[in-house]
Parts: sequence; C-alpha cells; structure tokens
Amino acid sequence: MSTRSIVPFGPQHPVLPEPIHLDLVLEDEKVVEAVPSIGFVHRGLEKLVEKRDFNDYVYIAERICGICSFMHGMGYCEAAEHIMNVEVPERAKYLRTIWCEMSRIHSHLLWLGLLADAFGFESLFMQSWRLREKILDMFEYSTGGRVIFSVNKIGGQRRDMPDDMIRDFLSIFDGMEQELKTMAATFLEDYAVNTRLRGVGFLTEQQAHDLGAVGPFMRASGIALDTRKKGYAAYPNIEFEPITSTVGDCYARTDVRIHEIFQSIDIIRQAAAKIPQGEVAVPVKGFPNGEYMMRVEQPRGEAVYYLKANGTRFLDRVRVRTPTFANLPGMLETLKGCQLADVPILILTIDPCISCTER
Amino acid sequence: MLKVSKSPWLLHYDGSSCNGCDIEVLACLTPVYDVERFGVINTGNPKHADIFLITGGINAQNAPVVKQIYAQMPNPKVVVAVGICACNGGIFKDCYNIDGGVDTAIPVDIYVPGCAARPEAIIDGVVRAVALLDEKRKNMRKEAAQ
Amino acid sequence: MKDGQILSIGPGDLVPNALQIKHDGYRLVQICATRTKTGYDLIYSFAKEYTLVHFRLDIPENMEIMSISNIFEPAFLYENEIVDLFGVKINLISIDYKGQLYRIQKKTPFK
Repeated sequence: MSTRSIVPFGPQHPVLPEPIHLDLVLEDEKVVEAVPSIGFVHRGLEKLVEKRDFNDYVYIAERICGICSFMHGMGYCEAAEHIMNVEVPERAKYLRTIWCEMSRIHSHLLWLGLLADAFGFESLFMQSWRLREKILDMFEYSTGGRVIFSVNKIGGQRRDMPDDMIRDFLSIFDGMEQELKTMAATFLEDYAVNTRLRGVGFLTEQQAHDLGAVGPFMRASGIALDTRKKGYAAYPNIEFEPITSTVGDCYARTDVRIHEIFQSIDIIRQAAAKIPQGEVAVPVKGFPNGEYMMRVEQPRGEAVYYLKANGTRFLDRVRVRTPTFANLPGMLETLKGCQLADVPILILTIDPCISCTER
Repeated sequence: MLKVSKSPWLLHYDGSSCNGCDIEVLACLTPVYDVERFGVINTGNPKHADIFLITGGINAQNAPVVKQIYAQMPNPKVVVAVGICACNGGIFKDCYNIDGGVDTAIPVDIYVPGCAARPEAIIDGVVRAVALLDEKRKNMRKEAAQ
Repeated sequence: MKDGQILSIGPGDLVPNALQIKHDGYRLVQICATRTKTGYDLIYSFAKEYTLVHFRLDIPENMEIMSISNIFEPAFLYENEIVDLFGVKINLISIDYKGQLYRIQKKTPFK
C-alpha cells in the first residue's frame, strides 16, 4: 500500500533560481497534488503609483522583472500612449521591435541554460549562457545597460541605434545562428536529453485553453495564438506565424522556444531592412485621463497592463497580469501524476518568473 | 591583486529582487565572467557555503528564511548584499511589503551597489569577501588559541 | 461581443454571464480590482483567439460577490489575490487560501 506524504519544496532549493514554495502531496514517488504559496518576492509595486508620477513609473515598470525588463517598460509606455493619444514615430516602433526580439532571444537562451542545468547537462548550460552574453553585449553597446536599460519613455525611445550599429548586429546574428543550430541539435536530438524531456508533463490543448495558459507553454499544446499578431510596435509590418507543436510535453515546449529564437532573429532582420529614418520620440504634454488595457507578448507569454488615469500626475491604478501568473494553474495540472524527480523540469518548462508573478 | 588562499563556496538566495541582479550573479558563474577561476563554486546547501550572496530587499516573509540560512552556515562566513535593493531597498524602498536592505535581517559585510549590479562589481565583491574570510579565519584561530 | 468591449453588469449577473461566455468558448485572461471612492471596480477580462472583452462590476465596499472559479478554474488565483490585497469578500472560491496566498504583513494594503 502506498503512503501519502507531503514534501515542502522551496523557497530556497538547489534547483530553484527563484523563491517559490510548493507543498507536494506524494504517494510514494508520485505527485498527486501540488499547492503553491507565493509571496516571497511580493513587493507591492503596483501601489507605488501613488508616490511616483506617471513618467517616473516607467522605471518601476522596468523593474517588475529583470529578464523581460524592456518589454515591461514598453507595455506600460504603450498603454499610457494609448490613453494620451500619442503617436510614436515609426523609427521608435521599429527600435522597440528590435529590442523586444533581442530580449526574447536572451530570455529563451537563459531558460535553455537553466533547463540544461535542471536535467544535469552542465556544459550545455554554459554554452547557452555563453551565447546569451553576445546578446547582452549588444544591449550594452546599444543602450549602456546589460539587463535593465531604461530606453523606453512615454512618447518614444530615449536612444537611437545608428544604422551601422544595426548592420554590425546583423552580422553578429549571422554568426550566432550557426552556433545556435549546433546547440539546438543537442537539445532536440541528444538521446539523454530526449529521455528527460519526452513524454513528461503533458498538457492537452483543451487543458491549456481551460486553464488559461499563455505563451510557449500554450503554443506547445497546439494553440496558435501570439499577441504580437494583435499589432503593437512595428509588428503589423512584420511577417511571421506563431510557432506551435501539437504534442504538449516538455520536449514540445523546448522545441517551440528554440524555434522562436530563430524566428526572432528573422524578425530582427526584417525590422532592420524596413526601419525608416527620423525621430525616435515625440514630446508628450499634459496628463493622462482614461483607462486602457494593453497586451504584449513577452518571452513567457501574454502580459496584460491595465492603466487607469484621472487627469493628474498620479495614476489611479496600474495592474500587471504577468504570464507566469496565468501559467501557474497549468503548471499545477502538469505536476499531477509526475515523478518527484521530474518536478524541477516540469516547473522549469513553464519558464517561471516569480518576480513577475508576485510584483 | 589579492592572493586567494582558499576556494570559497557561495550560496545565492533571491530575497525579493526583480531578477536583474539575480541573473547577473548567475552570469558571473558562467563563461565570460566565470568566478570559478577563483575557485568559487555555487552551492545549494547552506552548510557547504562560506559566502552568502543575497539579492533583493527583505520582507516579513523572507526574513526568517534568510536568518535561517545564515544560521546554518558554518563560521567563518561573509554576507554580500548584491544590488541596491539588497543594500537599502532601492527603488522599492517605499513599497508596503519591503522592510529595507538585507542588514535589517542579518549583518552584512560587503555591499555591492548597482541596478542591476554589474558582473565586474559582483566579482569585486566576491574577491573582497574572500579576503575578509581569510581575516575572519585568522581571528577565529587567534581567539581559539587564547 | 466586439474586441475591447466593456460590458457593465450587476453583481447578480456575474455568474450567468460567466457561464454564457464560457459556453461561447472564451478563456479567462485576468481579473483586476481598482479601489474607488465608495467601493471597488472589478474588471473580468476574457479572450477568444485575439478578441478581448471585459465585464465591469462596480460594487460597494462591503458587498459580497460570488466566485467564478467553479466556471473558470484559473480564477481562483486572481480571486485570492483580490481578497488578499483589496479585502473584497468573494464567496465559494474553489481553492480558498483565506487571505493566506500572499501572506503579507500589512493586511489588504490596497483597501
């Protein structure tokens, strides 16, 4: 007869890069239920709108999370621009697209590294992070910062990228693409990696829909939705299709993310070919009044920014629904019935960002 | 240049950081920056660790966790607060759920500034921690001899 | 419903409307609360493919409302969050943390 036991998992745990706590209900080695408790990283930054005016809040929005920092700042700015009816210059839109996709590549490479670490493939972890450093170098070259670089402002961008810099970046991406292909082959074809990823953590299409999953986690279960298609920044002028898989296991999620890296490089090439000359910001006068719900596609999935303004310097409410928050119910579902030893991999394949989740 | 006498192991805990400093700490351990050349290894077990790296501010919920990890580490030990949030709360200082920097919970030896702290700064902090560790070890021996 | 449409509903209409929209194949995107002078403004967002629609619920401070977590499973996280941070009274949440999801020192900071 099997015995039931409850194993506390986290917040400080060798495989966890971030603090999350789960109570795992086990029957021998099998997980039957997982109950999360969060709040270790809760700061309450949504409440800071009362103390910082709407322009200063951009810096706080960028610090919701250090991985998708740029996209958080951009999402906030685009929402404020919608309320204030500000039309951002075309060049700024393309710059946003390029930096967004670079953020996506850096985030996915970071995740691939952590995944490799979780299944015990140390050199693959190091390779992913070595490639990621090239993206960070490009960030530093173009903005001055490595992870948090504050180039967004309401009305456009703070910095421009000279054309020869964009050309340099394209040649770096050409070299990177070759290295990525070699690395992707290890992730997708290596026997040892396959045994860890294939057939674990299934999420069906119906479950993904019902549990409100977003991003690559959802697309790996066969739902072709990508908020970039809604058209913000310069995405309406870019040709791409959401990448999906129909399998819905850990391997499918890895597969989708790897292909998204190549897609991002392609989007950057398209954007670099189309970027027009001109200003990168317009002056913004007055205070916002109204409300808007903005959706952007982050590396982890769709993020929702809700802004409510009252015509003064201070906003009434900023609310951020981050992708990991939406993915938690799906993650709990995949944990049911798995082996205890697979728990770290299952948690990692939703690409959790706890800092985003708890704000 | 400091002479490194022992190979210290470090433990990293994310207080309530935004991940920015967090991933920079990890970036220090991977190629390009690579603190392993100083003999430093990242460990998950507090009882193996000599240096405690903390990112992010302290709140009521993680204060006991941080104190417990600190208590479990063997002497001598050095605490390094990485990033402005760990130093004094930083941009989140005014948040209702932030008590302040790491020094509100445990004594901090070395403060590494920056938002996010740059890998060079983190490595500098770790190298200084190594020197401090030697000093603390020497003092411990002296006390034991007395 | 059109993309971006906001439908103002009364507290009693929440559950029937949620059932209807579930039947129409929408998924839950988010639930958001805002403090107003006299109470709370709750926005429930749903999406079907790229169409996003919202229900808006204006409630006075002490009103109790029903949970939709038995219709949309992921709602339990959003509802617990609203209970923790705003102190809105929500009944029959499928997994009720009873104010212990965030476990923050200061109770209901947004109230």
